[in-house]
Amino acid sequence: MSDGLIKRIGWPRIIISAVLVMLILTAMLTGMDWVSLINDMVRRWGQYGILVLAMVPGIQCGIGLNFGVSLGIVGGLLGGLISMELTGQYGLWMSMTPAGRAWMMLLTALVAGIAISTLIGIGYGFLLNNVKGSEMTVSTYVGFSAIAFMNIMWLILPFKNGEIMLPLGGSGLRQTITLEFSFGSVLNNFLMLKIPLAGKVLTIPTGLLLFFFLVCFIVWLFFRSKPGMTMTAAGSNGAFARANGINVNKTRILGTTISTILGGVGIITYAQSYGFLQLYNAPMMMGFTCVASVLIGGATIRRAGVSNVVAGTLMFQGLLALGLPVANNIIPVSSLSEVSRLIISNGIILYALSKSGGRSRG
Amino acid sequence: MDNVGKKRFSPGAWISANKVTALFIVLCVGAFFASKQSMAFLLGELFTRIGRNTFLVLSLIIPVVCGLGLNFGIVIGAMAAQIGVFAISVFEMSGFGSMVVCLLVATPLAVLFGYGTGKLFNNMKGSEMIGGMVLRYCADGFYQLLFLFIFGGVIKIDNIRLMIAGTSGVKNTIDLIDSIKYVVDELPLLNVLLVVLVGTALWQVVVLAGALRGKQQALVRKTLVNLVGCGAIFACTYIPYLEKMLITTKWSLLDAVEVIVYVGSAALVVAELYGKALLERAFELKKLGARIAGLVVVYLLTYIPSVEKLLRSVKVPVFTFCLIALLCVFNQAIFKTRLGQNMRTVGQSMAVASSSGINVDRTRIIAIILSTVLACWGQLISLQNIGTLQTYGAHDTVGQFAIAALLVGGASVHRANNRQALLGVVLFHTLFILSPSAGKELFGNAAIGEYFRVFIAYGVIALSLAMHAWKGKSAPKIRLTTPPATPGEGTPSEGNGAVPEPA
Repeated sequence: MSDGLIKRIGWPRIIISAVLVMLILTAMLTGMDWVSLINDMVRRWGQYGILVLAMVPGIQCGIGLNFGVSLGIVGGLLGGLISMELTGQYGLWMSMTPAGRAWMMLLTALVAGIAISTLIGIGYGFLLNNVKGSEMTVSTYVGFSAIAFMNIMWLILPFKNGEIMLPLGGSGLRQTITLEFSFGSVLNNFLMLKIPLAGKVLTIPTGLLLFFFLVCFIVWLFFRSKPGMTMTAAGSNGAFARANGINVNKTRILGTTISTILGGVGIITYAQSYGFLQLYNAPMMMGFTCVASVLIGGATIRRAGVSNVVAGTLMFQGLLALGLPVANNIIPVSSLSEVSRLIISNGIILYALSKSGGRSRG
Repeated sequence: MDNVGKKRFSPGAWISANKVTALFIVLCVGAFFASKQSMAFLLGELFTRIGRNTFLVLSLIIPVVCGLGLNFGIVIGAMAAQIGVFAISVFEMSGFGSMVVCLLVATPLAVLFGYGTGKLFNNMKGSEMIGGMVLRYCADGFYQLLFLFIFGGVIKIDNIRLMIAGTSGVKNTIDLIDSIKYVVDELPLLNVLLVVLVGTALWQVVVLAGALRGKQQALVRKTLVNLVGCGAIFACTYIPYLEKMLITTKWSLLDAVEVIVYVGSAALVVAELYGKALLERAFELKKLGARIAGLVVVYLLTYIPSVEKLLRSVKVPVFTFCLIALLCVFNQAIFKTRLGQNMRTVGQSMAVASSSGINVDRTRIIAIILSTVLACWGQLISLQNIGTLQTYGAHDTVGQFAIAALLVGGASVHRANNRQALLGVVLFHTLFILSPSAGKELFGNAAIGEYFRVFIAYGVIALSLAMHAWKGKSAPKIRLTTPPATPGEGTPSEGNGAVPEPA
């Protein structure tokens, strides 16, 4: 291995990969169900991937780490709810076979989610253009406020479908809404591979991963197109870009909007894989997880690429999926999961912020 | 002080300068009428919350002035306090002594944490606030690690009242009834006053001895007057009315008004005489008269039956409020010292401060340490009033609510003072108390009110941060001769106070 390659991958990623391999080996040697651990890791990879991908346009267009991805998440959740309402209450797609209906519901959710996220994203981009230099601080609290505001909305929005509303006696939407009878797992089950391995079954959610890679490819392609390259130029050096006649504010709004849309698509993908739409405070800290994932993949506050997302999500989710059960197996104490997630993810963000040495966007 | 020599107050200008505060006043009044709660209920709840939270809010002011923005890291000070409380619970201490032990454990921890936070913030100048937010969650992780796995796991603690049976980890709630509940609230003022008087008297005697040896006539006279003053105050504690009040630990608001009027007017007269006798100031009878007249008017107002009834129904813990007042004085006084002046300079411009020989990094670290320690004490005050420690939740909203309250009072990322903190606490908590019942009355659903107040707590911070950055952008840009130090940035970030350092 040449020095150049090591430098390109970066020591942190080499170490984390080594840790992951060691964790799998430990799981094998201690007789744990390591195949299901790997299943879990792969599923989480696809589940969180697009949410993490939402960080890339944000960083590239110059708004920094988009802690406010919760705005996109809200858009995606609304998309999912609208899709369920249309089918459950107004009988849309009811004439189709259950399998076909599930696909159409997912599509409806995506279309509605993208539409709402686009609107939110444009407004959000406009806001961030006016608070240049403090984007991250503002976006964190705008994200928190959006979730808090939607808590009220979830109570009063005029949905009627019994599947998503609280049962009799309560008012408002449920905390968690099962997708079992709508579009849950449609991507995961598409072309799912089941490979017998060491007496267990290794399941690969092909559809989910294909969708994740497809979206990654689209984003990758975008950053090689003219608008994408313009955005990168504007994000990395505003003054230079302006001198070349680029409208920096416009590219920032475009980047923020794409980031928000990806947040919306991401949460729908996440929900269909997880099996539930989680409302109320559940998505509050999701932005932090996404930020940590992309940073662990080698992104910085000013540069991020699709490869950072793919690697970072696999590593971060791998650490959580493998590290905790293995640690629990060796030191049998009650679950460390929440604690280590808090420390690892926020520790990574702090490290990245302090590396920026005050040259970042507070 | 009041109305004298001040600019004419113009409501229009005030509203346009304090939009958030004005909006909150409207919201509070609206919520009060919508909620159909009685004024007595509101005042009772409000004063409890003022006692609990004001100290924490006041602990935010120093970092703001020092240019570090809103210190989201005060949560870490609260964590230090909770570690202290846990320590005394383990050793089953009780009474006032346990609070002293608590302080002795928690304060060094808070200093240490504050030092670490300050060091970290110095590595991310300009991003302190986002850093503080992230740090708060990271610290929460370590806190949980400590309380869930280290206590009981690594460090064995055999105390079934505190530990979860069968596994490691501290219980979710710790009862403080036998340890520190109300120890600050119910500390008789008389005891504190005597300790302070004896201390001052002893110190003055030492000064007097020195002055006598050095034959410093003026100083001798001054210390003698001070000693007589101490004696006089001591004698005053034998006045039956004062003695009764000083032993009573909970005053009704009516008592408080009476004491303030009596002691206030006496103090005004004495201060005037003292000024005449020692500082050779001229009498300002007109000013004195105006102030005393003001106090008398306030006193007369308490004879309106409804006001009197209201004031009688609300009780406040005296010593806690004295501590809050002391912190207000401290926040004022520190900016008159050299250190405080340095903080101000650093807050205005790090470049200017460093070129005039101020150690910027050190000053910033001291500001954060002070803030963390004060937050730690504030959390202790709050916990002793609540009487139970929610081990994993007590610190959760501390920073959030304190910052929201400060901003509601009209403070910004760059500017904050005691008055804004006090006004903010009153407004923020009024809305907080009223919104569930207002939500119930207006929408038939108390949950809406609950969620509304949480939204307010987040929303007001988002709004203030955005408005501040927005203002920062439209303000005339002060460019140094060098180009912005950040090559990647389109516009230099004066918005968040980070002046580009000369390359």
